[in-house]
Amino acid sequence: VSGARTVTYELGTTTVDASGQPTRTPLIVDAEPQAGTDHMLVNIGPQHPATHGVLRLVVELEGEVVVKVIPHVGYLHSGFEKLGEYRTYNQIIPLTDRNDYLAAMSNNVGLALAAEKLMGIEVTERCRVLRVIACEMARITSHLVWAGTTAIDIGAFTVFLWMFQERERVNNLIEAWTGARLTTSLTRVGGLMADIPDGWAAELRGWCERFPKTLDEVEAMLSNNGIWLGRNVDIGILSAEDAISFSLSGPMIRASGVPYDVRKDRPYLGYETYDFEVPIGEKGDCYDRYLVRMDEMRQSTRILLQALDRLPDGPINVADPRVSLPPKSRAMSDMEAMIFHFKQVMEGIAAPVGEAYAAVEGPRGELGYYFVSDGTAKPVRWRIRPPAFINLAALPKMAEGHLLSDLIAINASVDIVMGEVDR
Amino acid sequence: VSTPLSPSVAALRARFGAAVVRAEVSCGDTIVYVAPGSIHEVLAWLKDEPAERYDYLTDLTAVEYRDRERPLELVYQLWSIGRKVALRVKAELPKDGALEVGTVTDLWRGADWMEREVWDMFGIRFAGHPDLRRILMWENYSEGHPLRKDFPLRGRFSRSEQTHRALSDALEKHYSLDELSTDEAARYLPEGMRERLAGGPGA
Repeated sequence: VSGARTVTYELGTTTVDASGQPTRTPLIVDAEPQAGTDHMLVNIGPQHPATHGVLRLVVELEGEVVVKVIPHVGYLHSGFEKLGEYRTYNQIIPLTDRNDYLAAMSNNVGLALAAEKLMGIEVTERCRVLRVIACEMARITSHLVWAGTTAIDIGAFTVFLWMFQERERVNNLIEAWTGARLTTSLTRVGGLMADIPDGWAAELRGWCERFPKTLDEVEAMLSNNGIWLGRNVDIGILSAEDAISFSLSGPMIRASGVPYDVRKDRPYLGYETYDFEVPIGEKGDCYDRYLVRMDEMRQSTRILLQALDRLPDGPINVADPRVSLPPKSRAMSDMEAMIFHFKQVMEGIAAPVGEAYAAVEGPRGELGYYFVSDGTAKPVRWRIRPPAFINLAALPKMAEGHLLSDLIAINASVDIVMGEVDR
Repeated sequence: VSTPLSPSVAALRARFGAAVVRAEVSCGDTIVYVAPGSIHEVLAWLKDEPAERYDYLTDLTAVEYRDRERPLELVYQLWSIGRKVALRVKAELPKDGALEVGTVTDLWRGADWMEREVWDMFGIRFAGHPDLRRILMWENYSEGHPLRKDFPLRGRFSRSEQTHRALSDALEKHYSLDELSTDEAARYLPEGMRERLAGGPGA
């Protein structure tokens, strides 16, 4: 366009004036347009609603095309792994709530599984089924947040409201069970913090029967919507080879056509006995990730109904008094129970020398916990295998060559949670 | 109940001999200790050998024990997507030696951020890594590597000392003047920094 004024913006001006104030490069100068010669650096975040948390992206643009993306993470680093070395195994559980705070119950279960593998503890059947229910509820709430926020990023506000309305219903059930909506701290080594309240199973069953209708409505709105297709189809394609090379997991690797699901490949909590399917994508683009996550919510609902059908009666905690706290009434009246109570609270549960890695299929992928023990009640090393962190590392590969607006859609499709990325 | 060693251990011993230091089973998982100099060679073979095909790097991390005499350990959690089996490969790095091993970013691109995190948290270098910068801590973080056992839980410095150090650090070496030069910030720049800024980076 002749006569238009270009905007030049120089980074790294290195002068100050006589009074010590830095001199500013004027933002607008009269000059001829120089289209296509300069690259522009744009900073997105760390405080930006479309980065889904405190993620900062430095983007090099040629026109509107992304040439390079440099993610900066760590703004939410809290040193969970270091803190864990100073805590007993049960004391670590509240840290896992704050790791992936959109699916705290998967994190609670993952930690308990790793600690139990290390200590050789077999939990009760009722506990196993309740943990499956917890994991699948966490997956659904997390995917609901993903669907709502992704739709907002792409410009569809209604989906956000519908999804958060459903999430509210699940959160109410979680609150009735654990007393908390997000920081659930549900599990204990060898069992659970609490059994489900009376009438709760019927409430959850009713919700599971109504929920697929909401998914139908959302899919009717999105799956053939021109804007949704335009923003998602063929955007951020990742091949199966790349997905494996980047160590992706969860919906990210499955959308690329690799059927890797910890629930099927390394079953835990008896997942091999549930009837469910693992949805797989064909092209590995944002649209496949959308389809995979929507189908996963339906499959999780199926698993929930099966778990409710088979939920047996019985204790939720193992009978070993070194692991499970005695009932408070016994601790106050029985000498032996009081001693076990005291030893557990003051000393924790000692794990044998050794190490264990246990993983659950969290909403974002393989959520692994790795413990190394030197025989004391506090781990030498506690490592979280963070699926969101590892999935995010593939963002530059997916986004480079796309438009800046596609970067937002691609970042949304990764479904990061910064608590887990930064830990 | 004792679990037998993974058959991959015998195959590794036949192929690499003395580079395979020892192997053990813990909680049902096989752990192979490999000489640090051979780690890249061993992992490349495990990834590409048709009978092994450990094509997925689940995780890469490090361990330091409370016993100060014990070496640091690098831990590679491998998984075979096709065969559905896991193998844990470790390399021991004595603390008085060079804390450095070869990078595996050429085998798995996902190793990029994992190795950066190990460098950031443990101070282990990966020779040949394309971009070995800190990742969770900021680039001019000067208190060391937080997951080392000699690093105190609350950090080395008090909150006020941390603030003081952050302000008196030569920020212009890490940030451009544009990032530092909002009008409000300029008034609070520490003594001497304006002169250094006037001189440009590296002054």
